[in-house]
Amino acid sequence: MNTSTAAPKTTTSATRPIRRPGDRIFAGAAAGAGVLILVILAGVAVFLLVQAYPALVAAPEELPTPSAGGEGFVAYVWPLLFGTLLSATLALLVATPLAVCVALFISHYAPRKLSQGLGYLVDLLAAVPSIIFGLWGLAVLAPLTVPPTRWLEDNLGFIPLFAGPASAIGRTMLVAALVLAVMILPIVTAVAREVFLQTPLLHQEAALALGATRWEMVQLAVLPFGRSGIISGAMLGLGRALGETMAITIVLSVSGGVTFNLISDGNPATIAANIALEFPESTGLDVNTLIATGLVLFAVTLIVNLLARYVINRRRDFSGAN
Amino acid sequence: MKIVQHGSRARIAAVGLATTGALLLAGCGAANESSAPPGGGSAGGGGELAGQIAGAGSSAQGAAMQAWIAGFTEVAPGVTVAYDPIGSGGGREQFIAGGSDFGGTDAYLDEEEYAAALERCGGEDSVVEVPLYISPIAIAYNLEGVEQLNLSPQALAGIFTQQITNWNDPAIAATNPGVELPDLPITPVNRSDESGTTENFQEYLAAVAPDVWTYEVSGNWPIPGGAAAQGTSGVVGAIGAGNGTIGYADASQVGDLRVASIGVGGEFVQPTPEAASTVVQNSTRVEGRGSHSFAYDLARDTTESGAYPIVLVSYNLACTTYDDPAVGEAVRAFFTYVASDAGQQVAAENAGSAPLSDELQEMFQPAIDAIGTGGAS
Repeated sequence: MNTSTAAPKTTTSATRPIRRPGDRIFAGAAAGAGVLILVILAGVAVFLLVQAYPALVAAPEELPTPSAGGEGFVAYVWPLLFGTLLSATLALLVATPLAVCVALFISHYAPRKLSQGLGYLVDLLAAVPSIIFGLWGLAVLAPLTVPPTRWLEDNLGFIPLFAGPASAIGRTMLVAALVLAVMILPIVTAVAREVFLQTPLLHQEAALALGATRWEMVQLAVLPFGRSGIISGAMLGLGRALGETMAITIVLSVSGGVTFNLISDGNPATIAANIALEFPESTGLDVNTLIATGLVLFAVTLIVNLLARYVINRRRDFSGAN
Repeated sequence: MKIVQHGSRARIAAVGLATTGALLLAGCGAANESSAPPGGGSAGGGGELAGQIAGAGSSAQGAAMQAWIAGFTEVAPGVTVAYDPIGSGGGREQFIAGGSDFGGTDAYLDEEEYAAALERCGGEDSVVEVPLYISPIAIAYNLEGVEQLNLSPQALAGIFTQQITNWNDPAIAATNPGVELPDLPITPVNRSDESGTTENFQEYLAAVAPDVWTYEVSGNWPIPGGAAAQGTSGVVGAIGAGNGTIGYADASQVGDLRVASIGVGGEFVQPTPEAASTVVQNSTRVEGRGSHSFAYDLARDTTESGAYPIVLVSYNLACTTYDDPAVGEAVRAFFTYVASDAGQQVAAENAGSAPLSDELQEMFQPAIDAIGTGGAS
């Protein structure tokens, strides 16, 4: 930024753009960086494909035994994929409404001084490493959930989600999802807040001038304008939740197949956590299998992000996210 | 993965520091030789050794290795030893591929691996395979009001296969007269990561209660539904976190948790170093291998008085021939130190392993003496 101000005299008088060495170097570096990202992405994809290939073509009985029984790669990866999607979706369901509320409070309700401080705080929280959240979940949240989950089992046990038996140590899917929710809350909040702050003042004043209360103004002007921002924030959060490794690895009691039961000890692992757990003692084809599950995760995250792009682009004209 | 790397980096740093310190003291290295382990024989001149050797393998040996490396640096200041606890499978793979000078593994080389290792080491009887790390696995539990617990092998298998689900089950009460067992569900805790501890525990259950434990023995826990936690510390934490929990973990790591006594031939035994060593002594060697391979099929179903059969036995791998003779000498000196009283003592203090008995030491020493000598022992 500063370099352009150094030579304003010579550039302003020219009618044709003059390309100085600096311009060319910068243009080249920028293009190179752009290409590099694509190359790295392609490299990762190629690595995953090459390393996963032996596991994909291997005879089913040579592969590691799936946790939910059965044989073969699909049986192996399915519970993991299920666990990944279940924990991430739950986390998103908890975090998104909360994040929108926090963002609205910061952008439209809190006094100016408070809102600035809160904004910084949220950004700061987004930078906390996931292992910290994992340790917190393990040491604080998990024991706290033991009595409530017992109550859920006794009183709401007819709902499959709370079928039980309730865990005695609290390392359940519910706790894992809550930890994930806390973890993605800051990033969703930060994105939503940015977009809400960009709502055109005229829209808001118009709504207020027509007699809308503040809540009605938020409904009429802010939320429709910020919808794609909320979606893209949520998708960013979902991406983080899908790939989250350490927190799940240490919090979740992984010993079971596909189940919607959120409060027991037998939970499916997630793809990332399973890789972290199994990799240190794996050799040969087992490693290939783990990498193949990584390939599945790679594909899922790509699809999720493409979907998010699609949703945002469809609403581009009406929103301020771009 | 991250943790492993971090750990090994810290270790290398620690080794580096120790080496630097030792180099400063190299002048008085000769004085240290008198403290060289007994039976060292050809490795007596530890102070003259120099070079670098690298090993990889069992993470169960990780803590002991750290202590051994630190202790060995005092005996042979010129040698830098590095150990990467990448896991037993990786350790065997690297050793066979020639990627490491020595290996550590919780399971002995299988036939195929042994043949491949012979090829790496250069011919007949060229692989040295000795169990230098023996660690009892404790059955730890957390049950309010129950200070002492005796478990028969059948009851233990029943608990971990989730067939016995309540603490007041008659199978548990039968071996605990006078103990008031609460009406409380049992939460069995197992490792969620693949581990040698799990494999050894399952081997025990399969040997003593084959009609209850009908699962194939592997490093992964085969039964869904129990509580699972990552690593020994995770399991110990999980047992401590809830009432009515029971799990298995290296005896040295269970901390304040209460430890169950296991039924062996009519009596109930606590996991002690002596009890663990007794089991190995009463086990049979795997046949059809060279004289330097001390692979044991452990007598899990022993009825020997005072033996504790739930043990993790971790092997160390080396060759009788190395391309660089200096490496062979250094590995020999290192293994000699590890097997010595001093080495076993620091491992017991730092990793809680069970020191080798004198008989085992004597038995292993010829194999260790053969390291790096081209097989002429």
